[in-house]
Amino acid sequence: METVIYILSWIFLLGGAIFLLVGAIGILRFPDFYTRLHAVSVCDTMGAGLVLAGLMLQGGFSLVTVKLLLIFYFMIFTGPTAVHALAQAALQGKLKPVVDEHEQQ
Amino acid sequence: MFIAISAVILVAIAIGLLRAFLGPTLYDRVLAANMSGTLTVLMVAVLGFMTGRPEFLDIALVYVLISFVSTIAVLRVCGTGCGASRDPEADSGEG
Repeated sequence: METVIYILSWIFLLGGAIFLLVGAIGILRFPDFYTRLHAVSVCDTMGAGLVLAGLMLQGGFSLVTVKLLLIFYFMIFTGPTAVHALAQAALQGKLKPVVDEHEQQ
Repeated sequence: MFIAISAVILVAIAIGLLRAFLGPTLYDRVLAANMSGTLTVLMVAVLGFMTGRPEFLDIALVYVLISFVSTIAVLRVCGTGCGASRDPEADSGEG
């Protein structure tokens, strides 16, 4: 049973690391600000959630798991709020999204 | 194995900082700083497990809230004004 939890925690941690790397590559390669928001959202939700879940399985039933749950709780509230505020500020600052018709004009 | 996870997180932070240096508008820089803050929280948590000190999680817990407040504060100070004038397309289109 302990070995199963150990292996499961490493699967979660490696999956979270893959999602973090994909999000980082996305923020470097995407062409536009509004598309880069997607990459950051991948980092904020799936990457952080999987890494914190893996650490929770490593911690077991203790105060450590409660602290990790609190970190995940705050992260799941503040991440989309910050990204939404950024998108709204960029839209009010008249930042145009890159579309195909823009190049044809 | 914790070292591998920390290395991946450090590479992701480096790529995010590269976007913060390269970013054409202010919003790209704030977005990269936000992502680097999230990754720093995960780095601190993994580091606490790696060195066997779970007290690091308190620092991570405070860092989540500080990162969010800093993003909102930067947007509050120069949210809608500073970034638009630095966008080359908006400059060529309107000015």
